Amino acid sequence: MNEIVDPRSVDRPNSYIGKSVPRPNVRKLVEGRGQFVDDIVLPRMVHVAFVRSPHAHASIAGIDTAEALQVPGVLRVFTGRDLEPHCEPWVAVLAHLKGMKSAPQRPLPVDRATWVGEAVAAVVAETRAIAEDAVAKVNVSYEPLPATVDMETALEPGSPVIHPDLGDNLCFQRVNESGSVDDAFAAAHKVVEATFHTARHTGLTLEPRSILADYNRGSRKLTVHHSTQAPHMMQGVFAQHLRLPEGDVRVICSDVGGSYGIKVHVYPDEVAVAAIAKIMARPVKFIADRLESFASDIHARDHRIRGRMAVDAEGRITAIDIDDLTGIGPYSVYPRTSAVEGNQVVNLVGGPYDFANYRARTTVVFQNKTPTCQYRAVGHPIATAVTEGLVDLAAEAAGLDPVEFRRRNLMADGSYPRTSPAGMKFEGLSHVASLDKLLAMIDYPVLRAEQDRLRAEGIYRGLGIAAFIELTNPSPFMYGIGGARISAQDGCTVRIDPDGSVVAATGVTEQGQGTEGVIRQIVAEGLGVPIEQVRVVTGDTLTTPYGGGTWACRGAGIGGEAALQSAIAVKAAALEVAGAMLQAQPEALDLVNGDIVERGTGRARMPLSELARIVYFRGDTLPPDLPRELMQTRHFITKQYPFAFTNGIQAAYLEVDIETGLVKLLKHWCVEDCGRVINPLLVDEQVRGGIVQGIGAALYEECPYAPDGQLLIGSMADYLVPMAAEMPDIEVGHVETPTRESLLGAKGAGEAGTAGAPAAIMNAINDALRPFGAKVLAQPFTPERILAALGKVP
Amino acid sequence: MSTHLDITLTVNGERVTRRIEARRHLIDLLRLDLGLMGSHAGCEHGFCGACTVRVDGAIVRGCLVLAASLDGAQVETIEGVSDSGEIRDLQEAFVARNAAQCGYCTPGMLLTAAELLKASPAPTREEIREHLSGNYCRCTGYHAIVDAVAAAAAKRNGGVVR
Repeated sequence: MNEIVDPRSVDRPNSYIGKSVPRPNVRKLVEGRGQFVDDIVLPRMVHVAFVRSPHAHASIAGIDTAEALQVPGVLRVFTGRDLEPHCEPWVAVLAHLKGMKSAPQRPLPVDRATWVGEAVAAVVAETRAIAEDAVAKVNVSYEPLPATVDMETALEPGSPVIHPDLGDNLCFQRVNESGSVDDAFAAAHKVVEATFHTARHTGLTLEPRSILADYNRGSRKLTVHHSTQAPHMMQGVFAQHLRLPEGDVRVICSDVGGSYGIKVHVYPDEVAVAAIAKIMARPVKFIADRLESFASDIHARDHRIRGRMAVDAEGRITAIDIDDLTGIGPYSVYPRTSAVEGNQVVNLVGGPYDFANYRARTTVVFQNKTPTCQYRAVGHPIATAVTEGLVDLAAEAAGLDPVEFRRRNLMADGSYPRTSPAGMKFEGLSHVASLDKLLAMIDYPVLRAEQDRLRAEGIYRGLGIAAFIELTNPSPFMYGIGGARISAQDGCTVRIDPDGSVVAATGVTEQGQGTEGVIRQIVAEGLGVPIEQVRVVTGDTLTTPYGGGTWACRGAGIGGEAALQSAIAVKAAALEVAGAMLQAQPEALDLVNGDIVERGTGRARMPLSELARIVYFRGDTLPPDLPRELMQTRHFITKQYPFAFTNGIQAAYLEVDIETGLVKLLKHWCVEDCGRVINPLLVDEQVRGGIVQGIGAALYEECPYAPDGQLLIGSMADYLVPMAAEMPDIEVGHVETPTRESLLGAKGAGEAGTAGAPAAIMNAINDALRPFGAKVLAQPFTPERILAALGKVP
Repeated sequence: MSTHLDITLTVNGERVTRRIEARRHLIDLLRLDLGLMGSHAGCEHGFCGACTVRVDGAIVRGCLVLAASLDGAQVETIEGVSDSGEIRDLQEAFVARNAAQCGYCTPGMLLTAAELLKASPAPTREEIREHLSGNYCRCTGYHAIVDAVAAAAAKRNGGVVR
């Protein structure tokens, strides 16, 4: 019973795991009948609009709200001082990131604004439009202060220290070192080195950040409808910082219009909304507009990385040495902290390769820009771009084809479990099998021949390859050991209702990845019922088991295993009741397609609905001491490995117009090993969506700043994103190396695409430019940068 | 000049009369005045396409059209075309192909795709991509959406669906 049969080997009833089953909750979405936070309207609801700082750094001498309060429909204006007595400040550090520091942060700052777009006052009005009208009439007396903008100079003497109590602008620094790096470089046959830049991005969820908080003074309960990935975490945050018992806070997230990590953080303006709801004891709604999303959603990936790689005479990597610098804004973001991205970079560089000597330093500095924090594939696209950029340089220096160079250096498939030079523990990866599969998919010799032929015609095409690892299924080693109240465990409650239908309530959440779909598949198979009989409940702290939510690719691997174990437990409970009703041993029975059947013969004995009817309405007919627990909860947490690493490899094929610098994407491929694939339809679309997010990073996306710290974005016209016309078709293949930590064997799949795509695009562009000896290493690879590399513009 | 105007229009086949602020945009009329929450405000600058609806048969950005200009107009939203069954095949194709993830862009994407299939019954993948190029989707990477639109077009033409 407790065994998942390979779904492709049999076609028995309820074998849903591994099949492309459409998601149950898509139908309402295609009819526009989902429920996003802004769709919820409550009696006496009021709206907040924020006054936001136009200065990168300024002291707030005073805030005059009188004129704003005169606007008809305006109810209150709150300043930082008004909220100060109602809210505990937070300091976003993690104990295991040794030496990390940050400053106390409040919902609204009391005396100083530290980035352009920081909320400094909140206007509450009957409508959002009126609130916005009144924002223009709040008079804030700013006294501009010198700003620290450029991360390269943030630690230099004379650079303004943003938080004088901290002594300097250093948030965190770590060196991850193993082996004898200097000796290896001294003995190297070839050394390559380069400096890479990844641009400051933002996630640009199409549904902006949204919150509707309601405080009932009678019941003393705070209910928060929130577009978030982590409702239980937010429940704890609201309780702790608004000084409420955790049990009096309920966080509900129904449909979430995109998250990608943007919606897993604590935003000061959202805490302000909850505080205002508590003060005013009525529903308060805040929906960010696009401009304030650009200025106040977290940014990410603002890194400069110097890297070196040493290779021996056989073309084998002997050492990697990198120096990473990142600017994270004026505060580390609560509670995950803004040091994790840099920490991931030093953990992940070189990840796919078999080498011995490693040194990686990250330096995380404060500056007066929008705070950065975890965004889809945290640190991975940076580490992969550096690693794969150096690998292509090393292959060229060694005179080897990039594929041959990778084949000589990838970790061998049979060599696990093992630990990487960066200290990462790998249970089982499939780099070589993935490379072989990729080469078969792209037909490597044919593509190379086409590339050569077209070059002769003055058409410059490039093929870029990028191997990667991805960290999924995180244990408490990610956040919990550092003191953050972020659950690495997750739970699922499965119950059989009187009509034989099944409800599964899970702590993992849905933002479009298909969480509800995969939980439904797993529960239907684990229990043995038609999938149509299963409903899934997510995103409500009052009705789901406590859990972490959906982030770091943990939904399927952690939440899925909890669901599977819970379903198996309910099945055992049902069979115990069935045994008593049918005068049979429970072991001689099974539950198949919603019927109690004889194990072995498959002969139907009784519908599950009949069993449920007897349990709920005629329990008097059952033996008095018979347990009839048709609802079971199980939890799952990984224990043997801190993370379940996955791996994969991508290839990009593109054409560079050497006259205009424009890149035309022709095709993209990815082979990905996320362990057991629960639903190929969903996994493939996670990979494709992730790849396009990575392509956006490589070609378009950047949050530009003026030297004085002004954010130079007025609308989506200033922050380019991938649109349908420019994107390629993407072919996805799989190798499956299930994790043995769980019965389900699933690892995460949601970030692999984003992890590898920028590196593949970079290598493809540089492959196209090879005849000119030109290279681009700073993302985004805009036409201007490509023309500059070609020497056609300064 | 008054800051409010009276308008009468038809929304999803029903007559609607409202006194509205002159600055009211169509997307706010639909969502705030009529409770039609299927059309979404994504950027309110006309870039993202999430608020795409039909006015007198043509798709428009709901965030760029002033409601005051719609006296006498016929407006159709995702709710209307869902109830009429007009785009059921496209919606089925989106469900089958998992061409919607978070679902926020989906209503606008569907109305844009429906317009393409009306004008061009057998579009190529490039034509589909070009036509959808004003609708931002952060989740899917567009490939599945292109597949779904192509499948719906093929089915309308009696062709084989992949």
